[in-house]
Amino acid sequence: MKRITIDPITRLEGHGKIEIFLDEEGEVKNTHFVIPELRGFEVFCVGRPAEEMPRITNRICGVCPEAHHMAATKALDDLYHVEPPSAAKKLRELFYMAFYVTDHTTHFYALGGPDFVVGPDAPKYERNVLGVIAKVGLEIGSQVIACRKRNHEVIKMLGGRHIHPVAGLPGGWAKAMTKEERDEIEKIARENVEFAKFSIQIVNDVVLSNQAYVDMILSDAYTQPIYYMGLVDENNHVNFYDGEVRVVDPDGNEFCKYAPHEYTEHIAEHVEPWSYLKYPFLKKVGWKGFVPGKESGMYCATPLSRLNAADGIATPLAQAEYERFYETLGGKPVHHTLATHWARVIELLYAAERMLELVQDPEITDPNVRTIPTDTPTEGVGVVEAPRGTLTHHYVTDERGILTKVNLVVGTTNNYAPITLSIKKAASALIHKGTVITDGLLNKVEMAFRSYDPCFSCATHSLPGQMPLEVVVRDAEGNVVERLSQYI
Amino acid sequence: MSEHNDFEPVIVGFLCNWCSYRAADLAGTSRMKMPPNMRDIRVMCTGRLDPTFVLKALREGADGVLVMGCHPGQCHYVEGNYKAMRRIALLKRTLKQFGVEDERVRLEWASAAEGPKFAQTVAEMTETIRRLGPLNWKRLISSNGHREPKIEPESEPEREEVAA
Amino acid sequence: MSAKPKIALYWAASCGGCEIAVLGIHEKILDVANAFDIVFWPCVLDGKLEDVEVLADGELLFTLFNGAIRNDENYEMAQLLRRKSQVLVAFGSCAHEGCIPGLGNFSNRRQMFDWIYHDAPTTHNPDNVEPVAGGWDFPEGHVHIPGYWDTVKTLGQVVDVDYYLPGCPPEADRIWEALTAIMEGNLPPKGSVIGADVTVCDECPRAKNEKKLKKFYRPHEIVPDPEVCLLEQGILCAGIATRSGCGALCPQVNMPCRGCYGPNEGVVDQGARFLSGVASVIDSQDPEEIEAILDTIVDPAGTFYRFSLPHSLLHRVAMGRQDLQD
Ligand code: SF4
Ligand code: SF4
Ligand code: SF4
Ligand code: FES
Repeated sequence: MKRITIDPITRLEGHGKIEIFLDEEGEVKNTHFVIPELRGFEVFCVGRPAEEMPRITNRICGVCPEAHHMAATKALDDLYHVEPPSAAKKLRELFYMAFYVTDHTTHFYALGGPDFVVGPDAPKYERNVLGVIAKVGLEIGSQVIACRKRNHEVIKMLGGRHIHPVAGLPGGWAKAMTKEERDEIEKIARENVEFAKFSIQIVNDVVLSNQAYVDMILSDAYTQPIYYMGLVDENNHVNFYDGEVRVVDPDGNEFCKYAPHEYTEHIAEHVEPWSYLKYPFLKKVGWKGFVPGKESGMYCATPLSRLNAADGIATPLAQAEYERFYETLGGKPVHHTLATHWARVIELLYAAERMLELVQDPEITDPNVRTIPTDTPTEGVGVVEAPRGTLTHHYVTDERGILTKVNLVVGTTNNYAPITLSIKKAASALIHKGTVITDGLLNKVEMAFRSYDPCFSCATHSLPGQMPLEVVVRDAEGNVVERLSQYI
Repeated sequence: MSEHNDFEPVIVGFLCNWCSYRAADLAGTSRMKMPPNMRDIRVMCTGRLDPTFVLKALREGADGVLVMGCHPGQCHYVEGNYKAMRRIALLKRTLKQFGVEDERVRLEWASAAEGPKFAQTVAEMTETIRRLGPLNWKRLISSNGHREPKIEPESEPEREEVAA
Repeated sequence: MSAKPKIALYWAASCGGCEIAVLGIHEKILDVANAFDIVFWPCVLDGKLEDVEVLADGELLFTLFNGAIRNDENYEMAQLLRRKSQVLVAFGSCAHEGCIPGLGNFSNRRQMFDWIYHDAPTTHNPDNVEPVAGGWDFPEGHVHIPGYWDTVKTLGQVVDVDYYLPGCPPEADRIWEALTAIMEGNLPPKGSVIGADVTVCDECPRAKNEKKLKKFYRPHEIVPDPEVCLLEQGILCAGIATRSGCGALCPQVNMPCRGCYGPNEGVVDQGARFLSGVASVIDSQDPEEIEAILDTIVDPAGTFYRFSLPHSLLHRVAMGRQDLQD
């Protein structure tokens, strides 16, 4: 038996390691995706004052601290039964949109995009942001860097720090926005919209106009009908900051729609002995193992799933692109995981447009950004869409607001089971008896999980955007017969 | 909690130079009956006592710490013992969260003339700590964290205290 | 190429923020790439464990190591990189003092497992399964996972560390200063914390007057005056016991410092220093009143040791002490 280990020596949600086992015939027998790390925030936060959670839980992830900061802050509103002033809510959302712009930009250009822009079979040393630059021009590289830089400035301006922001409080936001800041951020938001439009153009020119790529996106190896989850507003439009969680079934029909505090009725987490990470699933369908389809409680929470779970997008340019997305890919829902990259760029456009809307709102500089909580705290749930999936923070406190119970269902975790399944599917479709396992081939396997932008690979959110994957092919005795290294 | 009969507690005493250190002297010279479990450390005033010293004592093997100074209003540096009062109160609350029992750290007042009070406090504290058992913090932190300690039912309340 | 000194960057139990922070030096990263041969940086560059294992001991000029030590694998990597490096830098608060993940020392592995794999409201575990340290045997082969520790340790508690770079994460400017110092061979004495000597208060623009308090407030309970010291207004602020380096970022958005840069120069235990400072602003000489005032400090240990619990004198909370005796 052969065994292929894809070991990204990286850890955000800890190390992630993929094991692909081949049988004697050389066909894929099984795949396992192992997360060997646990940090236990749910346990050591007990005893802490609830209001500290936005500043504690952001340390779960240095790539998306803003998401934890925001989910925690919203859970605190709920916990203290307090309504933040309207300006505070808008500031939070504005801050959050700046985060989305930088996060989606980096993923598209540095992590997922290179596969398409440079090509899935291109030499591995070109499949990175430098390759993207070579293909579409030097200008784009500096644009990506500039986009990250300017939006990080917004995050610092509003949230206090570039990494691990601090401004979220129950009932509001620690600092109001000055007029000067507003002007500066408005300029940045405009640049973001232009940049997002340009990114859509790249998807068009490079991916959609290349039939080979379109065929690949539509191919069976990357197609997996499952349930889709996403936060929606009252019009069932995509929303990252607030709303209800909507789940659609593999046929695209609404399966359920729940308010954050109802999440335990809908989500449960399965435990396996070979991983420190749990596998969330839809409670009302049940855990049926690693299988796709309507009978299996497996769901995903990604840019693709958010589009599938919604009826539209609230900003005009993104809505137009949303419509074109489904027209091009044969209607809703789209089950092609590689289309997630396109969905991500559509979300980038939405985040940029929404950011501009918010910063132009006259109320945004209102100095009243705090409501002092007066109710006795009890229990609170906060949900936001992290770029990598629906993020849920759930707190229970004593009457002083000291945490007694904490439960977290984190972005990437939602996708743990579907990622495993996608890898297996792609590997099974691509690796057969006698197949020479090449670098490009393994890259195509990895493309299956890369589309989820799983957090343990978020590290590649940095330039030059490469992450090593060690791929070891072993024979039945465990001897190494092939060794390949991968960049993603 | 089981009896620890063969256990001799180690108590570190931080004694103010102007009062309790003299009280200790007095207790000694007048041959008052007093357990030999306390190691004295003289400080110029309880107000000079950095909480770090207390933590260090506990970590390095003390089973209890006794801080003694001049009675309120009688500190040679006017405010020092009030400062100690506030610090030790806050330190005790902090230590409680670490799972260190309240009785292990004690703040008392004794004037230079109060030899008997001194001797009695040391005796009381020795007994209290004998009852609590060893603290043994060094052992706790030297393990590299691999081993999972068996938690005996009798030490359960201790865990609850930690969570408080 | 090979004439350039070799270096490595590694993350153990880390959130990744320190890695992102390194990239915050932007284009200067190219200077680093020019000056050194980066042989191992899992976050950013191709490179594998074997590339490190084949090196001679001490062949790496330096390693920037971020993240705490919390499982067998972290521990093994720390030992390996220590051996291979002339200079080992504990990079960021996790490696330096344990940081937020170090709050794990308020609990232990059993408590973690009980809640996460059994009792949490979303956990569905009818067979009472738990991750098995060492790994799992599938019919098709063994899959390894490292053993999980009771106690979070700092890098300096498991191997010899040459320098510490504080902050969660360190600010890009501080990182660049440290890298420049290394490149120019302009290093302080071994064991130093690379950073400023003063406290966050010294960098904080808020007006400081006499502090006298009858009550403490939690950050959500009041809207503080934006110009005046937060501690003076009753909000616990670790600026008084924290090394400067960030430029007092948090107080500038009306939020108190929580101490991510660790203790200031000469201080052994950040929590004890913070505690002392807080005790000294209490305005009372009456034991009962003092207790009432202290009631408004709701989580003293978790506040004073927010970032430095593993690095503190006591390292962790008690855990079945009797059972730890032989
Ligand atoms: S020090 Fe802070 S930023 Fe760095 S790894 Fe630890 S938690 Fe993340
Ligand atoms: S205590 Fe805090 S708010 Fe006050 S001066 Fe120091 S850092 Fe600034
Ligand atoms: S103010 Fe304090 S908590 Fe905030 S960044 Fe600076 S050192 Fe860290
Ligand atoms: S001089 Fe004795 S307590 Fe101050």
